[in-house]
Amino acid sequence: MTLFWILACVTIPAALTVILHRNPVYSALALVFTLFQVAIMFVALDAHLIAFLQIIIYAGAIVVLILFAIMLLSLEPEEPGDGRSSLRAAGWGAAALLGLELVAIAAVFPDTPAAEKPLPEGYGSVAKIAERLFTTHLLPFELTSVLLLVAVVGAVVMARRRTGP
Amino acid sequence: MTEHYLVLAAILFAIGGLGVLIRRNVIVILMSVELMLNAVNVTFVALARQHGSMDGQVIVFFVLTVAAAEVAVGLAIILMNFAQRKTINADEIRLLRG
Repeated sequence: MTLFWILACVTIPAALTVILHRNPVYSALALVFTLFQVAIMFVALDAHLIAFLQIIIYAGAIVVLILFAIMLLSLEPEEPGDGRSSLRAAGWGAAALLGLELVAIAAVFPDTPAAEKPLPEGYGSVAKIAERLFTTHLLPFELTSVLLLVAVVGAVVMARRRTGP
Repeated sequence: MTEHYLVLAAILFAIGGLGVLIRRNVIVILMSVELMLNAVNVTFVALARQHGSMDGQVIVFFVLTVAAAEVAVGLAIILMNFAQRKTINADEIRLLRG
């Protein structure tokens, strides 16, 4: 339980830094930090394979890609305000409302004794997850390969069009 | 225990939504969407732990794949748009608005 409170106290400021810092490079670094905190949460919840994938895919691939994009684009920090403060206030209000609703729903979640019962053997291990992936969830797994193919083709098509006529 | 993680995930999701609503830099908006996806992943893993089932973790595997594909295509769109229009401000990208 102590681990949870440490995680909560560190993750929320890091997430706020991601969205509130004016320099996108610092936002990306705060995002890496937040993703590592989420990986620690996964370890605490006995999802070891998912925690490793989180670090490898998110921190290793996605954030590096985002940093590359930031470096290729202009690095000017965003100007604050410029007469759109009413929209900004509306955004804060809507997000606060959404957060209150979600917290209210999550807080009344019935904490059944199921959380106390012993976990099955090898819970969260590579072998068990692979077994489920290739039996129960085989069709979504195969569809994932189609999704990745579409994403690759789409990215290549967009990259080529710029050099074309 | 589970509801603590659910509340934390709800707060993270709301922070991501706030980022999408108040920022105008499209790269930061993309990072906020990643935060929201992560919050949902925490919910999946916490509930999988609660029920002693591993299906939630398998779903997180799929969500990770979709997030990777989304970032690749999204960044390609942002870079191409910047090459043509010299802007990454969401208020100035209005090609689809007519």
